Amino acid sequence: MSMLWEILISASFWAAAIRIASPLIFATMGELICERAGVLNLGIEGIMVMGAFTGWFAVYLGMPLGMGVVVAFASGMLFGLLHSVLTVPFGLSQHVVGLGVTLLATATAAFTYRLALPEVTSPPRIEPFQPWELPVLSDIPFFGEALFSQTALTYLAFLVALAVALVLTRTPLGLALRAVGENPAAAAAQGLSVTGLRMGAVIFGSGLMAVGGAFLTLSAFSSFFFDMVNGRGWICIALVVFGAWRPGKAVLGAILFAAFDALQVRLQQTPLGAVLPYQLFLAMPYILSILALVVMSRRAEVPQALMIPYNKGER
Amino acid sequence: MRLEPVANPTAARRYGPPALALAATVIVASLLALIAGANPFATLGLIIDGAFGSRFALLETLNRATPLIFTGLAVAVAFRAKLWNIGAEAQLYAGAVVTVIVGSASWGAVWLQLPAMAVLAVIAGALVLLGPVILKTRYGVDEVVTTLLFNFIMLLFVSYLVEGPLKDPAGMGWPKSVPVEKELRLPRIVEGLRLHWGFALALISALAIWVMQTRTVLGYQIRAVGQNPRAARFAGIPVNSVLVKTALISGGLAALAGFSEVAGLKGHLSRDLSPGFGYTGIIVAMLAVLHPLGVILTALFMAGIFVGADSMSRAADVPTYIADILMAVALLFMVLAILLTRYRVVWR
Repeated sequence: MSMLWEILISASFWAAAIRIASPLIFATMGELICERAGVLNLGIEGIMVMGAFTGWFAVYLGMPLGMGVVVAFASGMLFGLLHSVLTVPFGLSQHVVGLGVTLLATATAAFTYRLALPEVTSPPRIEPFQPWELPVLSDIPFFGEALFSQTALTYLAFLVALAVALVLTRTPLGLALRAVGENPAAAAAQGLSVTGLRMGAVIFGSGLMAVGGAFLTLSAFSSFFFDMVNGRGWICIALVVFGAWRPGKAVLGAILFAAFDALQVRLQQTPLGAVLPYQLFLAMPYILSILALVVMSRRAEVPQALMIPYNKGER
Repeated sequence: MRLEPVANPTAARRYGPPALALAATVIVASLLALIAGANPFATLGLIIDGAFGSRFALLETLNRATPLIFTGLAVAVAFRAKLWNIGAEAQLYAGAVVTVIVGSASWGAVWLQLPAMAVLAVIAGALVLLGPVILKTRYGVDEVVTTLLFNFIMLLFVSYLVEGPLKDPAGMGWPKSVPVEKELRLPRIVEGLRLHWGFALALISALAIWVMQTRTVLGYQIRAVGQNPRAARFAGIPVNSVLVKTALISGGLAALAGFSEVAGLKGHLSRDLSPGFGYTGIIVAMLAVLHPLGVILTALFMAGIFVGADSMSRAADVPTYIADILMAVALLFMVLAILLTRYRVVWR
């Protein structure tokens, strides 16, 4: 037990947890926006792969890191546009379209990568975002290392989450988004454009998902691998449920999840890791996600119109 | 814009959009070939030739279609009841694991042990899907996410097995399982042709599912639950029990894909047994409009694209991932086309 305690009170452990949580926060916020507006976006996994690729590729071609983030965001919006056209005005099955978008985005990233770099055997590296020690704050004992010595993208993740929370709860736009996710017919009667708001939410949310993917290449691994997203998108969907569709709770969920992920890596180095197969540790995050879903699903307030298309003609 | 249902669709409306979707997919394929710097016609020709052009190619396509028929059926059965089983990949591996465990040592007559392998594999696959379905009916947990997450857990479990308890000592460090006994492999349908009985089993399964859906009470109940669960419950259909039965059938079908790949083709279990057959099954099922006999055709179509693209990318410099793009594009165009056979778009 003392072993576990030592891990849990070390600042480097929490710094790792915050780092691991960052891409999840971007993508979870993206998914949360889509779902609050009434659209389940299963394109998330593929859009993250696309963002990881386009962000990396832009920087590989010589653009600055910030531009890489912008390119990733734009590529995510493009696939969000595709998703939203099919699911919102046409009202097609959000499950099928989402999985189709995931497949299309993943395959397009792989196709383009192979086309652009046909001969490479080991993935080329880029110079990623470096830790940015915030003045004064980074000198605070423990918290300075855990929270304020991260890369710019991590700070951006938390700012985005804060902005999403404020916009959703404190602005007319947020109210309108929630209205089309709860009761689109009533929202339309108020003069709101259900189609426009839902499409906008999916397009913007997909952009955030792609930035979450870009975090992996621009801030974490500095190369692009085909299977680097590795189910993170699906975990973000679980995190939205876990957070009961609220940004603050979802961020806490992401950090909790990331802490668990960081913990399993460290536990592998302990005597425990010598006894138990490493696959068990790797499976822990997925098992934890399922357990979280079971615990939270019972009292979550699901947006009432989630997955229900809205067609003006119908009553 | 809004959508208006069309009461009496004309022939043009019924067949036009799907034909256009197919044409659009071919156009996308040509564009991708152009982008890759290849001649579109030559590329398409190479894909078709590589899939159906020779006896070897044709058998390869049939072999590749076999697991896709099983996973396509698994998805078609489940989606009919609006049970979103995205976990056919996990159920496939469950079937493969059991096939290796039961088949790696002889303990009985072949006529007894080979069917036992299949039956136990089916049970394993069914149980893997039972978990998420009980979570759905009991606690209201969305099965999309749980079945997806199970895929990752199952793959790690397989990785543990092939590096641990089931590791082949003669594997030269390559992580694969002990082999299935030679006499317990699925025999070839015709001596000398590389096509095993798994393919025949897949065709029989499709037929059986079609009969089940059209001629039995369960088939009727599954449709009712899929169309409107509340109305079905009101009509006295035990919705949860129908969902559980659907899950058992669906999981079992996906497991047969694993059984047939191990016992019919590979002879052992490894982490790369399935290049996403479970996910491709979703596309196979959707393109077939969830019709079990249609699944056979769309599985052959998908298998053809994959086998053809593999062979084409060896000849031309077009990455083999073109197959995955075409698959996704065909899916998205086709679901839109099927919608447009029943609705007209009104711009206002």
